[in-house]
Amino acid sequence: MTTDNRPRSPHLGIYRWQITMTMSILHRATGVALAVGTLALVYWLVAAGMGPDAYADAQMLFGSWFGQFLLWGWTFSLFYHLCNGIRHLAWDAGWGFEIKTVYITGYTVWAVAALLTAAALWMAYGTGGAA
Amino acid sequence: MSLRNPLAIARGLGSAKSGTGHWWAQRVSAIALIPLSLWFAVSVLGLVHADYVVVINWLHAPWTAVLLSLFLFTIFYHAYLGVQVVVEDYVHTEWLKIATLLVIKFICILFAAAGVFTALRIAFGA
Repeated sequence: MTTDNRPRSPHLGIYRWQITMTMSILHRATGVALAVGTLALVYWLVAAGMGPDAYADAQMLFGSWFGQFLLWGWTFSLFYHLCNGIRHLAWDAGWGFEIKTVYITGYTVWAVAALLTAAALWMAYGTGGAA
Repeated sequence: MSLRNPLAIARGLGSAKSGTGHWWAQRVSAIALIPLSLWFAVSVLGLVHADYVVVINWLHAPWTAVLLSLFLFTIFYHAYLGVQVVVEDYVHTEWLKIATLLVIKFICILFAAAGVFTALRIAFGA
């Protein structure tokens, strides 16, 4: 009963690139990114709790080009992880395993996540004047 | 030659953990986060141009305090469950894996507590 010399299952280097593979990797990557984002979210909330000066500092940080880059990255990550998470829940329920369905739901996740991110950008900048 | 059956060695080495409970908790928190994260995203997008007083007023509303506390608790719970699997997949040195998981768990609890405490403190009138 040795466990050292067992054959390994085929790994990333073996397979041709597929959209499903990318989506799976991106689900995990956006999940980790969002975990980091929650820390920033708590910083923002605690800054609001500390008073106007601390809050102004936080707003300035998030308003900088790097802060904006992070915020919109997290926004897309949230919508992507949310949509693909619902796709995962459908799989858990036993639905959508046919190859054709997997591709249709996959491209739908991309489209809906992009649309929601665009809608968020519009809500933030399209309605309230200059940032 | 040993007459011991290989099964005797295998026993005790297999999974004796709590995979199903973890899997289920991840799904339940995921389902809870669908409405909670959408509520949060829409609320915060409405605050992008708001000044301090407007943000504090938003945090004063009872529903904000309740939903924000639930959102923070659930998202940190879900985040820990997810990151735990990532660590377990890539960190193979036992002590380093356990240490990493503990650090991440404590960070999650610390930030969740700080967030929920702040949300309630503002709601109760600080």
